[in-house]
Parts: sequence; structure tokens; C-alpha cells
Amino acid sequence: MRRLFSDMMSPLPTELKSLPSFLFSCLFTYIHSHRSHQLTAILESALIAHLLRLFKYKEVGHSFFIMSEFAVVEAAPPIEVFQLSRDCQADTHTQKINLGVGAYRTPEGKPWILPVVKKAEAQLAKDIDAETINHEYLPVLGLDSFATAATSMVLGKDSPALKEERAFGVQSLSGTGALRNGAEFLFRQLKRTVFYFSDPTWGNHGLIFKNAGFTDARKYRYWNKDTCGFNFEGMIEDLQNAPEGAVIILHACAHNPTGIDPSQEQWGKIADVMQEKKLFPFFDCAYQGFASGDLDQDAWAVRFFVERGFEMFCSQSFSKNFGLYNERAGNLTVVVKDKSLIENMKSQITLIVRAMYSNPPAHGGRIVDLVLKDEQLFKEWCECIKVMSSRIIEMRQGLRERLEKLSTPGQWNHITEQIGMFSFTGLTPEMCQFLLKEKHVYLLKNGRISMCGVTPSNLDYLAESINEAVNKFK
Amino acid sequence: MATCWSKMNKSSSILKRSSLLGQSIPWQPIKMGAPLSARASSWWSGVEMGPPDPILGVSEAFKKDTNPLKMNLGVGAYRDDQGKPFVLPSVREAERIIAQKGLNKEYAPIGGEPEFGRLSANLAFGQGNEIVSSGRNVSVQTISGTGALRVGATYLAKWFPGNKTVYLPRPSWGNHTPIFKQSGMNVDGYRYYDPTTCGFDFNGAMEDISRIPEKSVIMLHACAHNPTGVDPKDEQWKEMSQLVKKRNLFAFFDMAYQGFASGDVDRDAFAVRQFLEDGHNICLSQSYAKNMGLYGERVGAFTVVCKDKEEAARVNSQIKILIRPMYSNPPVNGSRIVSEILTNTALNKQWLEDVKGMADRIITMRQELKDGLANEGSSKNWEHIVDQIGMFCFTGMTPEQVEKITTEFSVYMTKDGRISVAGISSSNVGYLAKAMHAVTK
Repeated sequence: MRRLFSDMMSPLPTELKSLPSFLFSCLFTYIHSHRSHQLTAILESALIAHLLRLFKYKEVGHSFFIMSEFAVVEAAPPIEVFQLSRDCQADTHTQKINLGVGAYRTPEGKPWILPVVKKAEAQLAKDIDAETINHEYLPVLGLDSFATAATSMVLGKDSPALKEERAFGVQSLSGTGALRNGAEFLFRQLKRTVFYFSDPTWGNHGLIFKNAGFTDARKYRYWNKDTCGFNFEGMIEDLQNAPEGAVIILHACAHNPTGIDPSQEQWGKIADVMQEKKLFPFFDCAYQGFASGDLDQDAWAVRFFVERGFEMFCSQSFSKNFGLYNERAGNLTVVVKDKSLIENMKSQITLIVRAMYSNPPAHGGRIVDLVLKDEQLFKEWCECIKVMSSRIIEMRQGLRERLEKLSTPGQWNHITEQIGMFSFTGLTPEMCQFLLKEKHVYLLKNGRISMCGVTPSNLDYLAESINEAVNKFK
Repeated sequence: MATCWSKMNKSSSILKRSSLLGQSIPWQPIKMGAPLSARASSWWSGVEMGPPDPILGVSEAFKKDTNPLKMNLGVGAYRDDQGKPFVLPSVREAERIIAQKGLNKEYAPIGGEPEFGRLSANLAFGQGNEIVSSGRNVSVQTISGTGALRVGATYLAKWFPGNKTVYLPRPSWGNHTPIFKQSGMNVDGYRYYDPTTCGFDFNGAMEDISRIPEKSVIMLHACAHNPTGVDPKDEQWKEMSQLVKKRNLFAFFDMAYQGFASGDVDRDAFAVRQFLEDGHNICLSQSYAKNMGLYGERVGAFTVVCKDKEEAARVNSQIKILIRPMYSNPPVNGSRIVSEILTNTALNKQWLEDVKGMADRIITMRQELKDGLANEGSSKNWEHIVDQIGMFCFTGMTPEQVEKITTEFSVYMTKDGRISVAGISSSNVGYLAKAMHAVTK
């Protein structure tokens, strides 16, 4: 009899989630409830079977098991910057401009493989043929000569930390991986739970630290939207109020997303507060060389903090300055006061790495290593970064000139005063929405544009579009 | 009303949810034993020395040894018959082809190229399988097998609706435990290796599995069990599948040696495919480190088999959320090689030959070692050497015997008596037989 009713019920879709279906079931049960007990029981079990199917249980024999473990999994919201790229790609408008993702583009708007990188790869291919290298595992902490070269690149080869042997590097999965390795270590070994990031900052900073275990995420003021400038006083105040031991994420240069960096004097005051309050500096250095074109200039803040005697971490990315985005070449530089502690620290970082990815990918690290160690290749690379940084500076100038020429309301000096890949234009969400929908200009809703997407051929259209947007919504 | 399984907490932010991962991750406590000195002024004075890695320790000791007859049977990386690392001809050819293409270095998608994921799933599940064709798998590129396991463990720690404990076979790869623990999962075990037979403890495994609490996660080595080399027989896999289903357990397969074990990629995927046939919606970690010799390029894949395409889309979106704060997106050098090989008919054929060549050499060494021991006059039963499969062999030697073979013969292996057969060559297998006989007679 049970099967009979199951068959009767089966024409009904099993995935019914609607109220009417449930009401129908209740009504059906009610109507027949004064009939024989047997009939009621049958109806009850049919109703239960129906409801269980609603709840995604599948009948197998006499037992039910969950049809899927992951029925509870919600759809995650898409990540804005990638959604933007997808939307721009799908757009057929001829004048569309992608100012979303931060990856360098040539004046023709194309990705650029650095000539020196091509040379390095050709060399590596020869080395594989000659069997001087192969595809074997790298050590857990990475290629030693890569880590040494990378650490030296950011600290400067004359760094006191290097002379005193109290700095080391850990090859990591680009900047993200270096931040994650560092954050995991700080959480697991030092039990740190409080971290600060600038308001605004790169969207992934908070996620990295939280996933590493940090439980208390706080912001320090940074961007002043009224002046389109640096809220230095706000930052100092927030750091003054930070608890001892808090980890502070600092952008070494070319702040993402604002493009505004503290002056040397301001860095001095920041260091004062951090020393006084015993805060831990964790530099994120994703643009060394890419910002000003000069490796030493872009590393100034990091080196300054070393000279001031801080213990610190610095995550380095070679994605932008080497154009090695998809090879995940990065380094975590660690500076300590007492070199006798280094072995212990390395052993603990080893455990963290081993449980996450075992050892880093070789290819990107080898390319960087080759270039940094070879005098000729290093020189060529320095020229490449000058090409990239100067093109961006040129575009900044071009955009500001045009906006000022069009008498676009507001101040536009920040476009050239900011540095690096990104510019926080100061455009409001409505203006951004307008640019997106009406002008096919793709930028983040916080007003961030990637200068890499600006080319000589789209400068005019961009300036005109921004002008239109500002005038419409000012 | 009928919203029990539907989207809960729609409004909660990603940030809030991800803080769940911050809770109670078991870790070693720090003992502040350092004396007060200049050291105390450093943040790091409380950092203890971590335990040495047993496998790396073996390699390090091996390097220092000056005995010309020394043998390194520690690390699991394939060596050719001259004891040298082996770059597969198919890999080399793929690299040349890729170099000609002039591909760019732009960021890969968070989960890697979809094609790579699809190719990996097809390799594991069989060409033309229903899962991939119906689009109900989520297959993402990961940082080799370790990365796949870590992504999987993190995903389960956050989203698995059942008991957040993974049951590992006893013994298992040493790194399984820290991967799962650091992801926030509990770790337990089921009997697997029978030291009295140096074989599979089928009855023990079945007994233990039948006692695993329902809706727990069970880890299964798809083939070439690491470290023992002991695999269940086909009929045993079938019974295990039924039992796992009956117990309503979630099967997590680790397949690091597909093709490398028997020389046949389909044969080695038998267990995975059997479970799929029996209706398990498994998850799977794959590594290309061994079967394509791409160790240092870190190529792997993580797959979740979902109920349908819609569920796969949701699961995919959540997995990306876990990957982004780990490393943002994967390295492509290795995955491009894999994709090239798996899509290029000639290269694919070449690869299957390359991998069979590696597997055959290992199988040959096993046979020669067993024969060698017999020739030495050993009265012990060494059948397990040829019964076991894959890179590793659990010799059955005791820690004392291992100590002896290392100090007296400069043969390096891990204390559990595990040897990497890949480290044996035709020129030293005789020496190894002699040494093993000497310490075990």
C-alpha cells in the first residue's frame, strides 16, 4: 500500500519547495484523516516521504541518505575585479576601456612579456636540455639563491640586516602566498590575533589574514576623500590607539588602491608611533621598481624601518615588476634582531609551508633568480621596469592635462601625485556606474582605475567620459 | 517552510564567515624556556625548533656520507637506471611546443584554466564519463597534490555538513595529518596495513570502517598506497565501496600515482571509478608530480563530484573564495605542459609510454630485489616486495635493522622500513639485497 501511494505521489516533482504543494499535502491528509486508521497511516507515510524528498533525502531501500552533502553550500558573491574583466570582455562596444585588473599593458593595450624574461626562459630551456636543471622538487623554503637575491633586492645589498646575517627569505606563491605564509606564522607561533590594514586597501589583505587565523581585523584611516589625499593624522591616531603587538600591514610603495604614499618625513613619524606602541610592521611590496622605475627609491620605506631597528616581514611580488603574473614568483623577507633564532623560525615556517603546498613552483623563481644574478640581464631588466613605470607616469600626465583642459569640475592634481598602477580618482559610485553602463569604461565602484589600461589611443575618450560623468553628478 | 537546506544567512558577509576558520586550530604550545637575555627583546624568542622532517633528514645524512656504495632510498622521486632524475620525453616535447606558442603571462583564473580541470577529471574518471559531460564536477588546478588536499580539507572544514573528522588509513602519508589539522579538521584512522603479512588488513579495515561514525570523511589512497605500497584487490575495493555507502561516509580519494603504479592509467583509476559507479559523489586530489615528473612545477587538481551542474556552480564559487587568500591563482608553467600532453594525441601516446616505462622499471627492480634476496640465501618471505605496488615498499625491517643498514652499509631509508624503489637501479640492487639480507638474517 505504501508503494501504491508513493507511485501516486511520484508524478509530483520531487524538488517541490513551494507552499502550495505543502498545503496540498496537508489538505489531502486532513480530508482523509477521519477515514480508517490504516489509510491515515498510509497517507502519513506518503506525506513524510514527500516531505523528505523536499528536504533532499533519497530513498534507498528502507533507509534515507542525503542526496548531496553540499546542498547547503551557498553561491558565493563574485569577486568584483574579475567580474569586471568578464563583463568588459563580453562588451562589444568599440571604445570600451578595461581599467579593472592590475596587469601592465603596452601602449597598444596588450599584455607584455618582458624581453629579459624571454631571454631567461630560453636559457632555462637550454639548461634543461643540458641537464643542468630539471623538474625536481625545490626545497620547502624555495630556491635558496632566489630567496637570497630577492631579500637583497628589497633590503639593499648593503643592508645592516644582511651584513649581520639577520635576514632571510622564503620563496612563496607570489605576494599573496608570502602574505599568507607570514600571517600563518604570526598567528600560529606568536598567537597574534589583531591586524590592521589601511582604509582602503587591496581587497585580499583582510581575507588572507582572517583565513590565517587572525580574529580581529581593524582599519587605520588612510584615504581622505575630501582632499583626494592622504589622511596622515587619521593614520597616526589610529596607530596610537592600536594594542601592543598588533600587526600592521603597510604598503611599501604605490599604495593599492589609492596610489598615495607617505612622504619620508611621514614614514618617520609612522615608525616613531609603531616603535612606541610596539606594533609589528608587515610590509606588502608588490611594486618595487614598477612605481618610480628605481628599485632603491621604491624600497626606501622598508629599508628605513630596518635602519630604525624593527623586526618585520616584507612580502614581495614579482608579478608586476617582472610581468610574471601567472608564474607566482614571490618572496617573504624576514628581518630579526637575533640571528640565533633564525633556524627555529625557518623550521616552523617549513611546517606551515609543508601543510599548504609542500614546496614552491620552480619556474617563476628560476627566471627571477637568473635575472637578478646576471649583471647583463639585471641591467636589461632595470630598463624594462623603466619602460613600464614611465609609460604609466606619461598616462597620468596625459589624463590630468586633458581633465584640466576640459575644465572638469574638481581638482585633478592627485592623478599625477599618486604613483604606481592605480589611481583613486575620487569618482563617486554614481559616476562610476554611469561610466560603466553608459560609456563602457570599466572601473571598480570605489573609483579605482588601473593606469595600465590607459593608452595614448583611449586617453581622449577616457577624459571626455570622466568629464561627462563628473558634470552629470557633481 | 520547506527551506531547511536552502540558502541560509544570505546576508552574512564573506568576512564574517571566513572568521569561522580562525577557531581552535590545534597547534603546538609555545614554551617560554629561553633565559632572560638580549634574546628576550626579540619577538621570536619563544619560537621552538620544529620537529625535523624524517624524509629530508634522510637525504641530508645521505649527502654527508662518503661511502661510494651509498644508496638513497628516502625521497619519493623517480630515478632512472643511472640513478638520475628523469625528465619525461613527452614533457620535454610539450615544453618545446609551448615555447613556440608565445603564450602570455597573464593571471590564470583562480581555479586555473577550466580546460585543465576538465582534462584532469577525464583522466581520472575515464574519457566520456557522465560526470564531466553533465558538468557536475568542480575541478580546479591546485599546487600539486598537497595543494589539492589543502584546498579540499579547507573546503570540508568549512562546508562539510557532517562530522568534521577525516579517517586516514593506518599508516598514511605523513603529511596528510598536518594538512587536515591545519585546515581545522580532526584526524582519526582505520586499520590498513598488516605488519604480520606486510599486506592489506582487509578484515581490520572493514571492521574499523563499519565503526566510523556516519557522515564522516574517509580518505582512500586510489592506488600505490603511500607509504606501504599495499593496495586492496578489486573485489576488496567493491566491498569497501558498499560499506562506505552503507555507513554514509564521504569518500576523499588521494590519487598521486595514476599510471605510475601499474603502468596503466585506467587500471590505476579502478577504485575511483568503482566508487563513482556505485553512486558516491567523491572528492579527489590528483598530482602530476610523479606520473609526469613535474615535481617542482607543482601541478595538481582538486575535484568535487556534485549532485548536478547547479550545485557545482555554488561549490565552485566557494572553493575560489578559499583559494584566493591562499595564493590567488595557480602557476601555469606545469599545467600548460599537462594540458598540452593530454590534448595532443601523439604526446599523449608518448606520455603513456613514458609512464609505463617508469612503472615497468620499478616493477623490474622489485623482482630483482626479491630474487637477489633469495640468491643471498635469505629464508625470509619477501613476497610482499613484488606484491606491493608503486614507488614505495614497506620492507618490514625494524627500526633497529634500519639503523644497522644505514650505519653499516650506507643504505638510507626512513625508520619505518620504507624504501623508495625508484632509488634502486640494476647496478646497485645486488648490493641492496646483500645489505638487507645481512641485517635481517
